[in-house]
Amino acid sequence: MSELIIKMPPLGESVTEATVSQWMVKPGDHVKKYDPILEAISDKVVTEIPSNDDGVIEELLVNENDVVPIGTDILKMTTEGAVGSVPVAKVETRTTESQNSPSFKATGRFSPAVLKVAGERNIDLSSVSGTGKDGRITRKDVLNYQPKETPIISSQPAQLASEPVIRSTPVLELNNNDAVTKAGPVRKMIAQNMLKSIHEIPQAWTMIEVDVTGLVKLRNSLKNEFKEQNEFKLSYFPFFVKAVSSALRNNPKLNSSWQNDEIIQHKDINISIAVATDDALFVPVIKHADRLSITGIAAEVSRLANCVKTNTLKGSDNEGGTITVNNTGSFGSIESMGIINYPQAAILQVESIRKELSVLDDDTFGIRNKVNLCLTLDHRILDGLAAGKFLNEVKANLEAIDQNTNIY
Amino acid sequence: MKLKDSQLTKDELIQAYRMIKEARMLDERLWQLNRIGKSTFNISGQGAEVGQVAMALAFEHDKDYFLPYYRDMAAVMVWGMSAKDILMGSLGKVDDPSSHGRQMPNHYGDRAHNIVPFSSTVTTQYPVATGVALAMQIDDSKAITLTATGEGSTSEGDFHEALNFAGVQKLPMVFVIENNGYAISTPNSEEFGVKDLSVRATGYGIFGKQVNGRDFTETYLAFKEAADNARNDKGATLIEMLVDRLTAHSSDDDQRVYRTPEDIAEMKENDCVMLMERQLLSEKILNEDELEGIKKELEIKINQATEEAEEMPNPASDQLMTHIYEEE
Amino acid sequence: MSEKSYLEALNLAITEEMRRDEGVMIFGEDVGGVKGGVFGVTKGLAEEFGDQRVFNSPLGESEIAGLAVGLGVMGHHAIAEFQFADYILPAVNQIMSEATKMRYKSAGDWISPIVMRTPYGGGVRGGFYHSQSTEKIFAGQPGLRIVTPSTVYDAKGMLKSAIRSEDPVLFYEHKKLYRSIKDDIPDVDYTVPLDKANVIEHGDDVTVIAYGMMLQFVLNAAEELKDDFSIEVVDLRSLYPIDKDTVLEAIRKTGKVLLVTEDAKEGSVMNNVSAIIAEEALFDLDAPIKILAGPDSPSMPYAKSLEDAFLVNQADVTKSIRELAEF
Repeated sequence: MSELIIKMPPLGESVTEATVSQWMVKPGDHVKKYDPILEAISDKVVTEIPSNDDGVIEELLVNENDVVPIGTDILKMTTEGAVGSVPVAKVETRTTESQNSPSFKATGRFSPAVLKVAGERNIDLSSVSGTGKDGRITRKDVLNYQPKETPIISSQPAQLASEPVIRSTPVLELNNNDAVTKAGPVRKMIAQNMLKSIHEIPQAWTMIEVDVTGLVKLRNSLKNEFKEQNEFKLSYFPFFVKAVSSALRNNPKLNSSWQNDEIIQHKDINISIAVATDDALFVPVIKHADRLSITGIAAEVSRLANCVKTNTLKGSDNEGGTITVNNTGSFGSIESMGIINYPQAAILQVESIRKELSVLDDDTFGIRNKVNLCLTLDHRILDGLAAGKFLNEVKANLEAIDQNTNIY
Repeated sequence: MKLKDSQLTKDELIQAYRMIKEARMLDERLWQLNRIGKSTFNISGQGAEVGQVAMALAFEHDKDYFLPYYRDMAAVMVWGMSAKDILMGSLGKVDDPSSHGRQMPNHYGDRAHNIVPFSSTVTTQYPVATGVALAMQIDDSKAITLTATGEGSTSEGDFHEALNFAGVQKLPMVFVIENNGYAISTPNSEEFGVKDLSVRATGYGIFGKQVNGRDFTETYLAFKEAADNARNDKGATLIEMLVDRLTAHSSDDDQRVYRTPEDIAEMKENDCVMLMERQLLSEKILNEDELEGIKKELEIKINQATEEAEEMPNPASDQLMTHIYEEE
Repeated sequence: MSEKSYLEALNLAITEEMRRDEGVMIFGEDVGGVKGGVFGVTKGLAEEFGDQRVFNSPLGESEIAGLAVGLGVMGHHAIAEFQFADYILPAVNQIMSEATKMRYKSAGDWISPIVMRTPYGGGVRGGFYHSQSTEKIFAGQPGLRIVTPSTVYDAKGMLKSAIRSEDPVLFYEHKKLYRSIKDDIPDVDYTVPLDKANVIEHGDDVTVIAYGMMLQFVLNAAEELKDDFSIEVVDLRSLYPIDKDTVLEAIRKTGKVLLVTEDAKEGSVMNNVSAIIAEEALFDLDAPIKILAGPDSPSMPYAKSLEDAFLVNQADVTKSIRELAEF
């Protein structure tokens, strides 16, 4: 005695389901092999389905007029023979031999695509490690390659997040004490945007030094009074945002983006600013920064920073940025290379203000406050000349600040 | 016509009936195997068994060649294929003599019994059969060729090209059209404009005859004459054999969709196997008990053949890339 | 050795094989009698071997192919002639469904050891239906062999191999080569394999693969450029299945490959060769694969100006080889 399940058999090429139109047996009936047990209807045929063995019907598993997929269990019976065979085609495991794929040694043989990218980027392929089979260098390996000499700012993890520089990480063997954390969705999105920027935008870098002694004096003279009158502090950063916004009016090329082989020059001046949390980096936007006073910008910077801290940024706060100004000086950096906030044309890094012994115009010495401004630009849109002109205007705007400058 | 008019002995007639009945019962088994899900296709010759057996008996199976079509199960069994051979074909077994599990069921062939396999594109076997017959003519082997197809195939160009060549070369062969009224669902009235397809023979300079394939003796005598003509260098014959298609076109079809209940009922009342059984009784060749005995015996035989065939091995998957070119 | 034309070499091959094996037969439209084919390839055969082994078939290509298959089943190495490669189209069902699959569909129980000869190629003002290269229609059907000789030596040797082969062989003969090329070939019995490409000239600057009339252009160009470049010339010969090993070895030597066919490029046999090289030899290529082929127009027109515009010519071939060598 053994149990046998009858399944709905295939009823025609391409047929996927059938209807049990009529049961011709009931539980308890004895049937012989090949006796009809039900009538079934498919799109192609109306037919009797025979039993697959001698036995006793145990249970009808579907009702009359039920539509069931081919292969569905429809009837349970007990067979009188030894082991009843289940009437479905056995699925044979098929071993597919791999086609004879082109075999080649991993080292020293580079695909035309690898050689092309390496040539364009002037990369020495002997310094690239391959991730392909047997260590072959793939096109992607070359695209992702960053030379070791790239300026990298090392800092605390929290601050690293706000520093948009990627470093190529050689694969290191795990040590027992190493902590492994899976990248979360925000981290992944940051990674994607950074890669996209690096892959698609040919980025050039330049830096100027600005004398901000006047700015420092003004800000120091106002800061206590300002704090009493406002709910937020007056930092240096809004002065820089203001100087950049004003310079953009005369240098609209910097306020543009490259999209599908078209250069789009944006009318609005919306400044993205980088705000870091412990484990993520946000770039909310100060809309129409050129229309705001220094205080207005300070208020907006403060609001956006609070929103990031309380996780209450609105979608619109993140949209529409046309250029990024990044306050790398806040964690002591004096020089850095930013990665463009895709698809913008430029990112400006405002470094630490430091005191310096300088030779003054009248050939005497003096203590001056100096700051480096580092600009990364999309070389498809901008050339050194345009960048230089813009930076010089920013510099002029900053150096013009004195006690008479109106911050409201 | 009376069975006795066939000039066959009583034993020969009983043997003929056994083959007819076996083909009918075996085909019923093939439908069951399909409906259980053990085979995915069946296309049957129910309603043509009497004609096919009468036709095939007119040939010498040890030397004559047969290029059949897919409803010819009864005929290929007369030529030498066994119930187990047929079942192995439907189950796709490696020892299936038709194709070793490569072609769909019912595409009969058998090297050991001079049966050349054919393709599903229909009528291709007609030109191929002229080549077989030409070889026999050139080699002076005194052997002849039979090839069969359905009436729908008469619309194919290959039908014309083959008959034309057979007329030119006076080939030692017999062509048969098994006309069962329908090419899948297309009736004769939409397939050709003549009432008698055998009249086409005149246009090719060969013999032509229409026979009632439900009548054993009439069919046997017609093929006997055609075979004699072929064997005696008198040339080829085209025979239109009128038969029935008691089942749908195939296991994928339902003829109740396009045929009237009256039409189907009338056909079943004139089932050729039943008619022959009546003749056997009335001519006192067999009695009721003997008929029942043959049926029981065949039932056991077919059950046994089914079990044996099911236990045969499937082709190994590495057979896929064999027999593509001559192997050294 | 004696000097023979391509056509005479073919005739000699058939004659020798019919003398050797009484089962060999040949037929087709206008093949028998005193005419001996519209190009004369079978001239004299009926006289020597009689009308039973050499005969005219009725004008029906499907019957010609089916007849050959039936004779093959019975052990005759039948040679069927299609008068033009363009006329083979009515026989496609017989070739694909019966000839090609006979061995496979019976797991070797039945075979179809036949040769189907046909003249192909343009440049004879034959218009649409007497100029085409139809080999592409069949190139990709396992079970079938497609070959074409492009030299007088191969014309005899390959046809003899085809007749002796136990596989169905589509034997393409370039009609422009019939009387235009002559060579000294051995008088003795020899055969040439049906599955091997032939390296005719060795070189290390650029590899050129061609067949038919185009091979003549390639050989002329190689001669003209011999002081400047060293050119590896390969006669493809086996159009299906393709001799991958020889092709790959030849292109690995130079890293540069020019493929030449008079057929329209899309779907051509040379596209198949190109696919093999791209798949198997990327790391050996020193230049992109170059295919010189006919345009993708539906056929080769009649007017001289149009026919000339269609056909790849000597100057095209020489220029392409030079450009690739200098790449």
